[in-house]
Amino acid sequence: MSERRQFQGWGRTAPVMATAVTGTAGEVGDLLRSAGPRGLIARGLGRSYGDAAQNSGGEVLLPIEGQPRLVGDRVVAAAGTSLHDLIRFLLPHGRFLPVTPGTRYVSVGGAIACDVHGKSHHVTGTFGAHVDSFDLVTPDGTTRTVTAEGEPELFWATVGGMGLTGVVTSATLRTIAVESGWVDVTTDRFEDLHSLMAAMREGDDAWTYSVAWVDTLSRGRSGAGPGRSVLTRGEHAARAALDARRSGTPYPLPGDPRLGAPRGLPSGLVSPLSVRAFNELWFRKAPRHRSGELQTLATFFHPLDGVADWNRLYGPAGFVQYQLVVPDEAGDVVRDAVATLAASGHASFLAVLKRFGPANAGLLSFPMAGWTLALDLPARPGLGRLLDRLDDAVVEAGGRIYLAKDSRLRADRFAAMYPRREEFARVRDRVDPGRVLSSDLARRLDL
Amino acid sequence: MIDALGRPQSLLLLGGTSEIALATARAWADAKPHVTLAARPGPARDDAAAALTSEGFEVDVVDFEAEDTESHPALIDRVASRRDIDVALVCFGVLGDEEEAWTDHAAAVRLARVNYTGAVSVGVCLASVVRRQGHGTIVALSSVAGERVRRSNFVYGSTKAGMDGFFLGLGEALREHGGRVLVVRPGFVHTKMTAGRPAAPLSVTADQVAEAIVKGVADGSDLVWVPGLMRGVMSGLRHVPRPLFRRLPL
Repeated sequence: MSERRQFQGWGRTAPVMATAVTGTAGEVGDLLRSAGPRGLIARGLGRSYGDAAQNSGGEVLLPIEGQPRLVGDRVVAAAGTSLHDLIRFLLPHGRFLPVTPGTRYVSVGGAIACDVHGKSHHVTGTFGAHVDSFDLVTPDGTTRTVTAEGEPELFWATVGGMGLTGVVTSATLRTIAVESGWVDVTTDRFEDLHSLMAAMREGDDAWTYSVAWVDTLSRGRSGAGPGRSVLTRGEHAARAALDARRSGTPYPLPGDPRLGAPRGLPSGLVSPLSVRAFNELWFRKAPRHRSGELQTLATFFHPLDGVADWNRLYGPAGFVQYQLVVPDEAGDVVRDAVATLAASGHASFLAVLKRFGPANAGLLSFPMAGWTLALDLPARPGLGRLLDRLDDAVVEAGGRIYLAKDSRLRADRFAAMYPRREEFARVRDRVDPGRVLSSDLARRLDL
Repeated sequence: MIDALGRPQSLLLLGGTSEIALATARAWADAKPHVTLAARPGPARDDAAAALTSEGFEVDVVDFEAEDTESHPALIDRVASRRDIDVALVCFGVLGDEEEAWTDHAAAVRLARVNYTGAVSVGVCLASVVRRQGHGTIVALSSVAGERVRRSNFVYGSTKAGMDGFFLGLGEALREHGGRVLVVRPGFVHTKMTAGRPAAPLSVTADQVAEAIVKGVADGSDLVWVPGLMRGVMSGLRHVPRPLFRRLPL
């Protein structure tokens, strides 16, 4: 089945037309062989912010669905399975995913292609680090089961490879045992970025999950610099830690969103004024210090999933997410980025700071040891130039920006950020010499 | 591709020596777009290409003759086969001498051929590229002269009125194919085309038109006036009864 349709990323910028195609895992080979001159890209749930899962004028393969199966402590899932469904399937078995990103509404295939990370990267690494194997259909139509041991090059080109090495149809993932579906959370408030970063540098290794929310608009009180923040850290709660009420439902399942953003909201709702008001509220709501709070997995890991289509809040102009990583010693880039934004009046509704552990072998994988800052910015005049300047600082520091979030990076800066892109190109030359797999991101970054 | 902030990676300038076209390329300089200059061969094109190259742009030149509509399909296909055309500027046109334009048959026909037939011809070719690509923006340089055609330059004005209407319609047609058309209606622009003529009120520079184009593309607009105030002025003038309009010093 095929149909012309408009595609855009989660940021709702740069919409294009392409042909949506569907098929079973067994039909992917034929779909690849019959792809038109502008090629094909697989798409999951459309949570990539930019143009990674759109292919203007070409074909876009919609998610391949199937029921997950538990095999020992591994789960076998179709590429189109959402992490939402996967977590709901695993939890009653007392099992959970070792890595979960900030939303459950991403597909297994997308999580591999973007090599997503979560609040535990410093302990667990990326999603790809827990993939036993995946079935990959390459443009010659053959399906192979790829493992890190058997075909390390193809494996690590596909993990983080933005869907450009083949179409993943299913994957076998390692899972972890959890005694409950609750997280034991400790929250701390900081008046400025400096004290936050010191606390994270000192204490993060003691926690499996850690993430900080930063107010990019705060100018700082007397004596404090910019960037007041709330740091949240957590561990899976032991069964014994649950009170009587909670031990009755030790594995509360994450539900579907209860709220939805209406259609047709105007641009400009997310403005410096509204962000300032929200940030004030959010900061004041957080305790100076609190520990032992039990939160559900959904509340702790996926707070935004409670509101369906929250991306509509940005109106028709849409927004971009800018996520950078810089090495540990380049913490100044993070502080400068926050200060530059505060001074420019470009309001980030969400600014999230995390520490990453060491990089993996993924050729285009994003994380590397150091600091990562993610910003959601309404698409407004002047933003391009500002982010270009941040790009230069990131390159200078030996860092990079995250392709799953990107929608505006320039090809020359991408090349400077990802030194292993030539190895990646060699793998593509081997498996896809005719460049059948293509996306707007690949065109934009000359991938 | 046009990025999330409306910045193109590649530009096709049809009328590549036009000051407005070159000013627009420069206004996008930080996005470092690849530029294809389509113009008649000659020193003007060489100078424009050399200037852009020295400013860090990657530039290609192709031979383009607005009146030679037969050559347009192959030319535009050739450009599109090298890389996506993210933004195409239709910015060629002749002003001519107002009185000669309606008294001299050849002059009138030439104006109509360049400004209207040529524009329609490239518009159709570009539309087919946009449909194939699933994205792309066509910027058509119209004029306030086309909004209400005046006695003082009615041959020119009528060609602009025609091309303006064509591109507005093309924008509607391309919408469902992922494409956009931006019609730009500047007032009097200080360029070599208008050199020596008395500047009208609300006159603008090529840079101001370029700025409006960059913003219009980023916003996904389908019609912009430069300056914006011109919209109000013209919508007033448009409804002035003909006997009165005739007496206005326009």
